[in-house]
Amino acid sequence: MSEPTTRDLLYGEVEDDVRASARKLLADRCATDAVLARCESDEPYDLATWRTLSAELGFAGLLVPEADGGAGASAREAAVVAEELGRSVAPLPFLGSAVLATSALLACKDSQTCPQGRAVVRELLAALGDGSRTGTLAVPLSTAPGAGFPDAVRATGGCLTGRVGSVVDLDVADVVLVGATDEDGPALYAVDLPGSGATRHPVVSLDLTRRVTDLELDGAAGRRVAGAADAEVALHAALTTGAGLLAAEQLGLAEWCLDTTVEFAKTRYQFGRPIGSFQALKHRLADVWAAVSTARSVARAAANALATGAADTELVVAVAAAYCSDTAVLAAEECVQLHGGIGMTWEHPAHLYLCRAKTSQLALGTPDGHRATLAELANLPAT
Amino acid sequence: MIDADELRRRVRDLLAEHDPATTDRIDLLRARFDAGLAWVHFPPGLGGCDAPRALQQVVDTEFDAAGAPDNAPRSNVIGLGMAGPTILRVGTPEQQQRFLRPLWTGEEIWCQLFSEPGAGSDLATLATRAVPDGDGWVVDGQKVWTSLAHLARWALLVARTDPDVPKHQGLTYFVLDMDQPGVEVRPLRQITGEAEFNEVFLAGARIPDAHRLGDVGEGWGVAQTTLMNERVAIGGSATPRESGMIGEVAQTWRQRPELRTPGLHDRLLRLWVETEAVRLTGERNRQLLAAGSPGPEGSASKLAFARLNQAVSGLEVELLGEEGLRYDDWSMRRPAETDFFARGPGYRYLRAKGNSIEGGTSEILRNIIAERVLGLPAEPRTDVDVAWKELPR
Repeated sequence: MSEPTTRDLLYGEVEDDVRASARKLLADRCATDAVLARCESDEPYDLATWRTLSAELGFAGLLVPEADGGAGASAREAAVVAEELGRSVAPLPFLGSAVLATSALLACKDSQTCPQGRAVVRELLAALGDGSRTGTLAVPLSTAPGAGFPDAVRATGGCLTGRVGSVVDLDVADVVLVGATDEDGPALYAVDLPGSGATRHPVVSLDLTRRVTDLELDGAAGRRVAGAADAEVALHAALTTGAGLLAAEQLGLAEWCLDTTVEFAKTRYQFGRPIGSFQALKHRLADVWAAVSTARSVARAAANALATGAADTELVVAVAAAYCSDTAVLAAEECVQLHGGIGMTWEHPAHLYLCRAKTSQLALGTPDGHRATLAELANLPAT
Repeated sequence: MIDADELRRRVRDLLAEHDPATTDRIDLLRARFDAGLAWVHFPPGLGGCDAPRALQQVVDTEFDAAGAPDNAPRSNVIGLGMAGPTILRVGTPEQQQRFLRPLWTGEEIWCQLFSEPGAGSDLATLATRAVPDGDGWVVDGQKVWTSLAHLARWALLVARTDPDVPKHQGLTYFVLDMDQPGVEVRPLRQITGEAEFNEVFLAGARIPDAHRLGDVGEGWGVAQTTLMNERVAIGGSATPRESGMIGEVAQTWRQRPELRTPGLHDRLLRLWVETEAVRLTGERNRQLLAAGSPGPEGSASKLAFARLNQAVSGLEVELLGEEGLRYDDWSMRRPAETDFFARGPGYRYLRAKGNSIEGGTSEILRNIIAERVLGLPAEPRTDVDVAWKELPR
C-alpha cells in the first residue's frame, strides 16, 4: 500500500483533446433541454448519440486495448470522458457498458479457470468497444468494491436462475455479465438480452438520466467467461474501476453545478444588486469551489492510480469515491438552494443533477462504506 | 536557459573551492550567494543565475548531500518569503546590493510591520504616520502581530504619508531599521500562553529616504507584491501521507484501543479522507507550478488547512478523554517558530484557532475566491472615494 514516488495529477494534451471533442459533441447532442425532454419520452437513453460517440470518438472502447478492437486508452482518458458526461448528465450507458462490463471482461481476458471463455471475452470486448452492442454488470448499482461475491444467482449446466435488483443501464443492455455460483463455485457468465429465461423488470428510478432495472433469470442460457478466483478478481476490478471513474463523473457534475450557480448569481438581481455580491452567497460558492478544486485532485489521483496500476490504488479510489460523492451532492444541493424558486421547478435542469448526484453517492459504495474500507487499508480499526 | 546539469556542475565547482568541512558557515553561505546559487531564479549579482525556479530543489539537494549548511530558512521566513521578492521587484540597485545578501545568508532577520490594532482585514485603513523630515521620514504609530520583531534587524513597513486622499492612495512602503530608540518591541501573549508575536510601538522612529521602497503614495501596490509572494511561499513542499495533525491522532488511535468509540471513529475517518484529499491538492498545485501554470487553488488549500487543523486538533483533545483535561504549560515562552508537534494536544487545539485568522482570515479568503476566481461582484463600498481622515473608525 506504499505510495508511488511520482504521480501525474494534471491533464495532458491528449486528455485536453479528448475533453474538447466530448464537450463539443455533448453540447450538440445532449444539451440540457434535450436531456430534460428525453427523460420522460419512450426512449430515455440516447443510443444514437452513444453510437456516434463510440464510432467517431471511440468512447465506448477507451479501456479496450487496440489489439482487441478498442481505442487503447487508459483510465486517465476515460476519466476525462466521465467528467464531461457528468457535466451534461447525458443519458448514455457509459458506466454500465464502457466501464463496468468492459472492466470485468478485461480482467477475464487471460482467465486460467475458463479457457473456453476467452473467445467469448474477445468477441464481447470488440462488440462493446465499438459500440455495436452495449453491456452491463449484474449487480445492484449500490454494490461496493469490497462486497463479497454475489450469491443471488445459481448456474447449473450453463443455465442461470436468480434475481438481481437495480442493475444500471440494463434497460439498454444487449448482454449482461452475471456473477453466479455454479458447480465449481463462483463464476462469471455472459447472458444475451433479450433471451429466453432472461427478463427485465422496469422500475421507476430516482435518477432519470441513468436508470436501474431489475433482472430476473429463470433458466437463462449463459456463456461462462471466468470461474472461481478469476471471477472474484474480475468483479472486484470492475467495481474498483467503476468507483474510481465515477469520482471523475461526480467532479464534472459538481463543476457544472458550480458554474451554473455562479452565472446565475451574477445575473439575478434582488435588493437592487446581483445576488452574487452578497457575502452570504459568496462564501457558500467559495466553499463549493474549494471542494471542487479538491475533488479534481483526488479524482485525478484515482484515474492515475487505475491507469498505472499503483500499489495504493484501492486506497486512492476509496478516498476519491468518498470525497467526490459528497462534493457532487454538496454542489447539486447548493445549486438548487442558491437558484431559489427557479431551482425548484421542473423546467430548470438542476433536479437532473441533484438526482444524479444523490444516486451516484450511493453507487458503487456509499461514502461511509468507502471510509470503512479505508479504515482497513490505513489500519484505523473501529474497535 | 540553465539546466539542472549545469547547476550541479556549478555547485561542485563552488564546493571544490569551499570545503564544507573546513569553511565557516557564513563564509560558505556568502560564497554561495556570490556564485548565484542562493535563490537560482534571482538575477546574476543578486544571488541567482536566472534559472527556472523549479530547479532550486536541484541546488538545495546538491548542497545538502555534500553536507553544506543551509541558510536556516525557517528562522527568516519574512525575509526570504516576502522582503527578498519585494526588494527584487521594486528596490533600487543600491537597496538590492545592501539588503539581499545578508538577508539570504540569515545574518539579518526581517519582520513585517503591516497589521495594526485598528487595521486587520482592512489593512489599507492603517493609521501609522510617516512625516517627511529633512532627508528622511519620522514615523509614529503602533503595529501588531509582528513575528520575529524581537530578533529582526529590518522591518518592511507600510505607513500613511497622506491622510487627505482615499485610504489606498496615501500609503508608502519603507524599510525600517529596528535597531533604534524610536522602536519598542513588546511580546504579545496569545491564548496558548506563549508569545510568538509582538506589538511594535513606533515613536519618532527615523527612516532615511533612501530606504523607501517604491514611490511615495504607491505603498498599497508594493504591499500587494509582498502579499502575493506570501501566498507562493506558503505553497510548501511535498508531504507524505498522514503527516501533520492527522498523523498524531492516527498514531494515538492505533496505540490506544481503549479510547475508540464509533462516533470518534467516524469523525477520524472523515478527517483522514479530507486531509488526504487536501494533501493531494497540494501535490497537484506543485505540479501546476512546476508546469508553469500556477492556479488559484492555493487559496483553497489555506482554507482547508485552517479548517482541518481546527477539526483534527479538536478531535484529538476529545479522543484523549481524561488526559484531554490537562495542558502542558501555560508559562509565557518565546518560541523561535510555530511548532505544533513540540507541544501537547491542548496547545495544538488552541494554536490552530489562529490558522483561520493569520495571513488572511478565512472570511476574507472566501471573498477573494468569490471575486477573483469566480468573478462575482464586490459588495458595494463606502470607503473607497473618501479621504482617509474622513472615514469612521
